[in-house]
Amino acid sequence: MKSVPFPAIAGVVLRYLYLYTRNGLRAFELFFWPLNSLLVWGFLTRYLSEGGGGNASMPVTFLLGGVLLWDVQFRAAQGVSVSFLEDVWTRNLLNVFVAPVRTWEVVAGFCAVGLLRVLVTVPVLSLVAYLAFRFNILDFNLWLIAFYGNLLLFGWAMGMLANAMVMRWGQAAEGLSWALPFLIQPFTAVYYTVETLPPLLRPVSLALPSTHVFEAMRFALAGDTRLGQGLGVAFLLNLIWLGLAGFTMDRVLRIAREKGLLTKVATQ
Amino acid sequence: MRVSALMLPPVLTVRDLVKDFGSFRAVDGISFDLARGEVLGLLGPNGAGKTTVMNMLLGLVSPSSGSIRIFDKSLEKSRIAILRRMNFSSAYTSLPGNLLVRQNLMVFALMYGLSDCRRRVRETMERFGVTELAERTTGQLSAGESTRVNLCKAFLNDPELLLLDEPTASLDPDVVDKVRNLIRETQRESGTSIIYTSHNMQDIELVCDRVIFLHRGRLIRMGTPREIKESFDSATLEDVFIQIARSGDLKAEDGQ
Repeated sequence: MKSVPFPAIAGVVLRYLYLYTRNGLRAFELFFWPLNSLLVWGFLTRYLSEGGGGNASMPVTFLLGGVLLWDVQFRAAQGVSVSFLEDVWTRNLLNVFVAPVRTWEVVAGFCAVGLLRVLVTVPVLSLVAYLAFRFNILDFNLWLIAFYGNLLLFGWAMGMLANAMVMRWGQAAEGLSWALPFLIQPFTAVYYTVETLPPLLRPVSLALPSTHVFEAMRFALAGDTRLGQGLGVAFLLNLIWLGLAGFTMDRVLRIAREKGLLTKVATQ
Repeated sequence: MRVSALMLPPVLTVRDLVKDFGSFRAVDGISFDLARGEVLGLLGPNGAGKTTVMNMLLGLVSPSSGSIRIFDKSLEKSRIAILRRMNFSSAYTSLPGNLLVRQNLMVFALMYGLSDCRRRVRETMERFGVTELAERTTGQLSAGESTRVNLCKAFLNDPELLLLDEPTASLDPDVVDKVRNLIRETQRESGTSIIYTSHNMQDIELVCDRVIFLHRGRLIRMGTPREIKESFDSATLEDVFIQIARSGDLKAEDGQ
């Protein structure tokens, strides 16, 4: 290996590639939870639909689509937040912060880890969804790229916000960092439409890019052509959320340097 | 340290450095220089401000006032360029225990933007005698082995300035002696300037060319270990340390 482009980012990514490739349990954990949700939700929906005696196919596909796409956002967020926590847990964070690596390079490395996690889990989940429930994610055609792209971006923004919380409040915020994606899950209309939410909560829901993606997914499955507009809105919202997350991280880093919080988090 | 090194511009210049955490002043207007190839010991009782000074030199904590110039560049403005030419090792950090020694060093070789990382890692492992540990996970190493691997990481980029934070903490006397010799030999070969903190006074006497004593955030003495001992009329640095720790307020030395 003579030299590599973006060596600092490559260093961050390589650390996690080593981790996941040499530890079978870590690789197992990548697949266990999403497969578990997919199977539980899939079988439950089939059972309820068959019991109801109505047209089962649409609710099943809505839910399975929701499960598969939610996992993209969750994995992307975790890729960023757990990668950071991994350095906190192993007391390696100071080594990273005193290496000649810019903050955006560390974040870009974490985002790349998030992307890799998605690339590894999505094909397996899609195959299981097809074999078990005849749900073919490729039916979304090229819209799938727009779904994934938007959810990845929002997942990264969530992960960056989670990291900012840990830097500001230390390991006490670790639980919140894990829970952040689930905090928004009830409001982002993963498994039901925005209209299902009380009117007061709908503006909150519509401020989340992922809501527009899940709505677009349902439009796509129902053959409605309005999905493009929603994905455009999701992209614009993502730009705002990423900007907000970047600003928050920068601000928190500055506060952490003023108050000496970086070393506290890193050596706790 | 060669005499000629003293004629070169200092590697590190600290002037009137102050750090306040709210109403608590952790570092109170300290100034010092570090010459090329010099090993400078940073000493003081717990709470003296050593760690805060180290963290400011690494850019982990921002000073309330004063200036830090490394390689004649402002640390605030040129942090990344400066960090490329320095490194750090502490008893209170560790490399990820779930990766192999070789893998950990590869990751940091990339992060420091080194060319031909594999060769560099292999050569540095040979230099520190840790080649036989290459395929072991870092978490499985003994304290002594772990310290050698940490030092290996610290010398990966052939740093011109190295910050060592209690490198011999929690090691047995035999390993302390080996690590101390390893640091001194490597430093002599490479001419690296080192800032060294330790609570082991023998370490300081054997490794450091010059010593700074901090107390309650202020610089109270600076000189060679011998000069410090003479100024306190003490036989050992340990006696000096105890005197200072129990002295209450000592008059701060004026800068240099």
